[in-house]
Amino acid sequence: MSEIIELSFSQLAAAYVFVIVLIVIVKAKGIPREKDILLASVRMTLQLMLTGYVLVLVFENPHPAITLLAILLMQTFAVFNIYKRIKSPLSTAMKQIIAFAMISGTALSLFFFILVVIRLNPWYHPQYFIPLGGMIIGNSMTGIALGASNLVDGIHKQRHIIEGSLMLGATPQEAVRSLANGAFDAAILPTINSMLGMGIVFLPGMMTGQILSGVSPTTAIEYQIAIMLGIAGSVTLTVFLMVHLGAKSFFNQQKQLTL
Amino acid sequence: MFQLKNIRLHKILHIPDLIIEGNRITCITGESGGGKTTLLKLLNRMKTPDAGTITYLGQPLESYDPVQLRRQVVMMAQDSLVFPGSIRENLLIGLRFSEKPGVSDDVLKSMMEMVKLRKTLDEDPSNLSGGEKQRLALGRVLLMYPEVLLLDEPSSSLDEETESLVISRITDYVHKRGKTLVMVTHSKALAESIGGDHITFENGSPKPMPGGA
Ligand SMILES: Nc1ncnc2c1ncn2[C@@H]1O[C@H](COP(=O)(O)OP(=O)(O)OP(=O)(O)O)[C@@H](O)[C@H]1O
Ligand SMILES: [Mg+2]
Repeated sequence: MSEIIELSFSQLAAAYVFVIVLIVIVKAKGIPREKDILLASVRMTLQLMLTGYVLVLVFENPHPAITLLAILLMQTFAVFNIYKRIKSPLSTAMKQIIAFAMISGTALSLFFFILVVIRLNPWYHPQYFIPLGGMIIGNSMTGIALGASNLVDGIHKQRHIIEGSLMLGATPQEAVRSLANGAFDAAILPTINSMLGMGIVFLPGMMTGQILSGVSPTTAIEYQIAIMLGIAGSVTLTVFLMVHLGAKSFFNQQKQLTL
Repeated sequence: MFQLKNIRLHKILHIPDLIIEGNRITCITGESGGGKTTLLKLLNRMKTPDAGTITYLGQPLESYDPVQLRRQVVMMAQDSLVFPGSIRENLLIGLRFSEKPGVSDDVLKSMMEMVKLRKTLDEDPSNLSGGEKQRLALGRVLLMYPEVLLLDEPSSSLDEETESLVISRITDYVHKRGKTLVMVTHSKALAESIGGDHITFENGSPKPMPGGA
């Protein structure tokens, strides 16, 4: 087995040549994007350095409260990110449902994954808990953002069909059933597609990272299979909670559609 | 059948006192934006008044479960709705929504004949003309045989000849089965010709028309 190559400062600096090439190209083509590229590169560098130092600190002082706090921070960040990504106006109830689905759904999946699948000891071991949590939370965030946009847009666009169904004696659940199923489907499709392409179309980041750090590919693949299933479970659970509760929130006690 | 007292809904409707009789046809006319659609939606609880009381069969409307009420008081919306699926599925969807048993293709075909829709059951209805969609929507609610039918301009897209044929079939249907019909129509002449009660709406308030007996 070869040694892990630690990158020196000068090696890392050499990688910035890519950014310079990029900036030269957009400048030459007159595409006004240099500022964005520069800002993105600087932000990425600073954010990752900061995260690196925080992670070192956390890994050196493992503590259940710190691990849980890190997960809660990621969940909170994810919830606000979802609000930002959805273009249609969100009701307060819908915002609360998104937060609830996101936090409870990912927490449940993550704990099952850590305690039953990985059987981590001690359970709060940050070196496993935090990256695995990040992957589960990140993928669920994408799923909920997609599902909620579809649901909210769909209800606004199909308001006449929904009200027409109620007038024919449909229950609210029945009136939004096909729309809610469509939103659910749209939200879990990317996860299904990434499982289909896994290992053939692309090598996932976690597996690549493990292999680069010297883990044998077969171990890396076992982890990848497990996390992929965990992600699929978490996306399904969070999106199901969001769609189920979210669709209900558009109806009042008189079973009228409220928009 | 319905009794409305001191109803107010924003600035849209103000109805001091209105009775809609059972086993009869009541036509509602009036200017566009006068509140006709809104009145129908009060009767099936798709809208709730800010003030006042509505009773159905002597009981306050709030004492009924809204979904159960809408299965007895079925409304056909002003914009003819087409649901995904074939003409057959479109006709059956009212029965499905209200959890009533389905009916055979023969029953569906005679309903299509009744509303003068000359198409096959397997066809995709999304390409139907405006008037055909309207008759499809009408067939859908007529199949449900509800106690009360609320029809919001059911013949607005039909030519005169088809309109009078379809309307006369609707009135026969209602009379023969002892049902109640509340129908919004743009045509005062049509409302007069039916010979039931006639209410006209102006600025959100009803004016009973003389001659309605
Ligand atoms: N949800 C709502 N919020 C605010 N105003 C409304 C709402 N629904 C209807 N209105 C207003 O109430 C008034 C009456 O509307 P309604 O649809 O009952 O009229 P209408 O008599 O059926 O008209 P038309 O003959 O054009 O169908 C209109 O001015 C309409 O703009
Ligand atoms: Mg109207």
